[in-house]
Amino acid sequence: MKEYKTINQIAGPLVFVEGVSGVSYGEIVEVILGSGERKKGQVLDVSESIAVVQVFGTTAGISTSHSSVKFLGETMRVGLSTDMLGRVFTGMGEPKDKGPRIVPEKKLDINGLPINPYSRATPADFIQTGVSTIDAMNTLVRGQKLPIFSVSGLPHNQLAAQIARQAKVRGTEEEFAVVFAAVGITHEEASFFMRDFERTGALEKSAIFLNLADDPSVERIITPRIALTVAEYLAFEHDMHVLAIITDMTNYCESLREIAAARQEVPGRRGYPGYMYTDLSTIYERAGRVKGKKGTVTQLSILTMPGDDLTHPIPDLTGYITEGQIVLARDLHRKNIYPPVDVLPSLSRLMSLGIGPDKTREDHKGVSDQMYAAYATGRDLRSLSAVVGEEALTETDRKFLRFADEFENKFVRQGPYEDRSIERTLDLGWELLSLLPEEELKRVKKEHIAKYLHGKKKEEQKPEAKPAKEKK
Amino acid sequence: MAKKGTLKRISGPVVEVKDLDDAKLYDVVRVGEEGLVGEIIKIVGGTSVVQVYEDTNGLKPGEPVENTGQPLSVELGPGILRNIYDGIQRPLKDIEAKSGYFIRRGINVPPLPRDVKWDFKAKVKPGEHVKMGDVLGEVQETELILHKVLSPYEGKILNVKSGKYTVEQEIGEIEVAGKKKDLYMYQKWFVRTPRPYTEKLAPLIPLVTGQRVVDTFFPISKGGTASIPGPFGSGKTVTQQSLAKYSDTEIVVYIGCGERGNEMTEVLTEFPHLKDDKSGKPLMERTVLIANTSNMPVAAREASIYTGVTLAEYYRDMGYNVALMADSTSRWAEALREIGGRLEEMPGEEGYPAYLARRLAEFYERAGRVRTLGSDERYGSISIIGAVSPPGGDISEPVSQNTLRVTKVFLALDASLAQRRHFPAINWLKSYSLYKDSLDEWLRANVSDEFPGMRDKAMELLQKESELQEIVQLVGPDALPDREQVILLVTKMLREDFLQQNAYSDVDAKASFKKQNLMLKSIMTFHDKAMHAVDIGVQLKRIQGVPVTAAIGRMKEISEAELPKFSELIKEIESDFAQVAKK
Repeated sequence: MKEYKTINQIAGPLVFVEGVSGVSYGEIVEVILGSGERKKGQVLDVSESIAVVQVFGTTAGISTSHSSVKFLGETMRVGLSTDMLGRVFTGMGEPKDKGPRIVPEKKLDINGLPINPYSRATPADFIQTGVSTIDAMNTLVRGQKLPIFSVSGLPHNQLAAQIARQAKVRGTEEEFAVVFAAVGITHEEASFFMRDFERTGALEKSAIFLNLADDPSVERIITPRIALTVAEYLAFEHDMHVLAIITDMTNYCESLREIAAARQEVPGRRGYPGYMYTDLSTIYERAGRVKGKKGTVTQLSILTMPGDDLTHPIPDLTGYITEGQIVLARDLHRKNIYPPVDVLPSLSRLMSLGIGPDKTREDHKGVSDQMYAAYATGRDLRSLSAVVGEEALTETDRKFLRFADEFENKFVRQGPYEDRSIERTLDLGWELLSLLPEEELKRVKKEHIAKYLHGKKKEEQKPEAKPAKEKK
Repeated sequence: MAKKGTLKRISGPVVEVKDLDDAKLYDVVRVGEEGLVGEIIKIVGGTSVVQVYEDTNGLKPGEPVENTGQPLSVELGPGILRNIYDGIQRPLKDIEAKSGYFIRRGINVPPLPRDVKWDFKAKVKPGEHVKMGDVLGEVQETELILHKVLSPYEGKILNVKSGKYTVEQEIGEIEVAGKKKDLYMYQKWFVRTPRPYTEKLAPLIPLVTGQRVVDTFFPISKGGTASIPGPFGSGKTVTQQSLAKYSDTEIVVYIGCGERGNEMTEVLTEFPHLKDDKSGKPLMERTVLIANTSNMPVAAREASIYTGVTLAEYYRDMGYNVALMADSTSRWAEALREIGGRLEEMPGEEGYPAYLARRLAEFYERAGRVRTLGSDERYGSISIIGAVSPPGGDISEPVSQNTLRVTKVFLALDASLAQRRHFPAINWLKSYSLYKDSLDEWLRANVSDEFPGMRDKAMELLQKESELQEIVQLVGPDALPDREQVILLVTKMLREDFLQQNAYSDVDAKASFKKQNLMLKSIMTFHDKAMHAVDIGVQLKRIQGVPVTAAIGRMKEISEAELPKFSELIKEIESDFAQVAKK
């Protein structure tokens, strides 16, 4: 292990060390301050004589004369063990609770390795989250990466906690674990999750990594990678089904920008580095199933869209990598609808793999498509009726308008502790579709109309009589 | 081999090497103790700048670097089809065998299987004089594809024998300018050099994709180029995959360039189960996949496009029609940008290198229908369909704009259509095809004389609809005159019953030109009859209520075998309107 006292320049989080030899790219270093304090860092660029080190944490207190740099001879690795479940760690992977140190079973590079596309297995198991807008309209499957696009001030944390609490694959009792990575969130938000995990008993099955808002921002680059290394280890070496929750990816990207600026790199869109897509993909792509392994990693990351803007680079690049997105909308929240999921821009790309007769129900695809189309029509008509008035609309149009309202009120809205089964959700969907004239139901199969719509009607003669009266 | 150079500096995927012997631009080098694959992209004095196709973590200055003296090349020969490669033609299946489900670095596996014996049937005789590109013999590569072994030289065949060979065993000898050379079933080709052909031909034959909105309104020609820009979630990949599945080409090259791992897996698991229409054999038998997912090394992503198009050219040279899908060219451009940034090049627009436009144009120029080399008359084509992922869906950015300049078909994907589950979400007002007119002759001869006219009429109606919609937004639909309300009725049919196509339905996923013609004819007949009805004073309500609309709504589900049903449908339209007119 070599130690150098030849720091020549300090700029932001970067330290330039001269006269080094035998240093490898990506190596971890320890910077020892005059006061004896130690900080960790990583080699970002190395040539024959100069190494550029990125320090995790602040560079305050480092000086060219009194500080030294020790090269540890290995890249960033994390010690892994199943004992990590039930424990709380810092963003750098050090225990934060009062428990004992982890005795690692093995150590792995936190950057992981790309999964061979040939070795991947297609995700196929339906995860029931108990949230109608997700289960019916944007189905989550095991091994998927599905982020929540939120904006500040919305209850995305409640929704994430609800999903963590309720998510299950029906008919199986397989080992399930949660890996939670807090990236630059506030104490308050972190303690909300901790309380919720404790109360529901989820804590025992969770490994929690906390990088809070007042922790060094450079560490935010590390935290999700440590968490995902743990997730991959639990999934692929211990056959567990892991739900990895990362919040908030916006903070991660801000850190990335900060570091890129300190390195004086050519900025891309809005100052974010040009390689942000590649960098984000090395996080998001660490989800999935692998042939011959039982375990899976499902990723649910949360990001807040700056300025409520879906085209901002952070949500934009994320959307290009992840397999869909759940978008929360401020206007639904204002109408006091929880969860404020706006289904129109939301999407689950793997939905068709997880639904259907053997997985959910035969009518799932049709009902979902029909509700999408009808809700989109209803929303368009809403803006039209604001201009011309409801009277100017045709009778059919008014039915669509009513459908859109009822959809938000009955289908989207549900309690934070309400766990709806997929059957309940789909039946609710049929109930709402019955508001529309039957010839408009082009997306559902005729036999399903007969089975689910008319089948229901016979059972519930009374509630069906109502809308007919209101027509007047 | 030449003297080894030493590593001088490492910065991400770009490394500097000093004293590399005989360094030429684009030579492939082996970097470090592990022998990571890299390519020289810049030479400054005694220093070579190398982009490394693998992760560079842990490399140290001082490690050796070896020059192979060869530019990046691919192996062309039997065994390409059914394979899945990474960006520099390493078979992912063999990588799995060596390193498990994670891709470790420094793995060296040959692109073509070395242990498979192929049954080679010679087509030339000793003593015969062959030109470059002449067929030396044939190999049944997969159940669907007959692989033609092409001569890489011009000369006199000394001997050649049919039999079972591996790719490394010689199949014969040839005398080239007085020198004896061995012949093999495979050859190497530099990926950045286009393969030669005799002549390029005009785009007169359509690529039949089975997608109504494409074939009818925005046709792509065989040998044509098309771009599909769209924001995320607008169905780029589903559209690309549909085109790959149903296009009438013999070979499909699918490049997953910087995209999702699970998507490639989907293609990998789905294609072996999908049956080719003509033969009933799995689609995989005529497909090769190049997968360089977003988290795989970025330099290999840059190379993947060239690897793919070179493989496509090889099959074109055998006389096949090839469809090349590149998903997504934006990720490729970003790889260029990332590497350009590491080289500290002066950036052009939005940080992309100034040579982005040239590189894009060079790539799309490798498409085309050609008369191949060789003395027999062979025609082959490469149609390139490139997806573009513009940030925020805004196509004013450089990659989209430069792509639009070179591609002839523009299929504009629209997020708002996707949100209302109108698939394929191709916006009919913004898209265009510059092949439309040159293909009309083929359409008249092979589909129907009236087809081009009907198509133009339908497009006119759709244009008109968008104008009418603006008025409706202001005053409501009832304020429009009857004729215009009929237009809205017909265009709704065009949108819902013609343009929309369900990729997940067995019957509807693909429509032949015949079916497209009949569907369009049904709607246009409806239009003419309805207009006539308005003219003779039939009430609008009655026109809107004709029962046959429901049947038109379900005409998608008429299978190719039951096409005569359409004449019944058209009769039904006529009789329904006759009824309406009577009352």
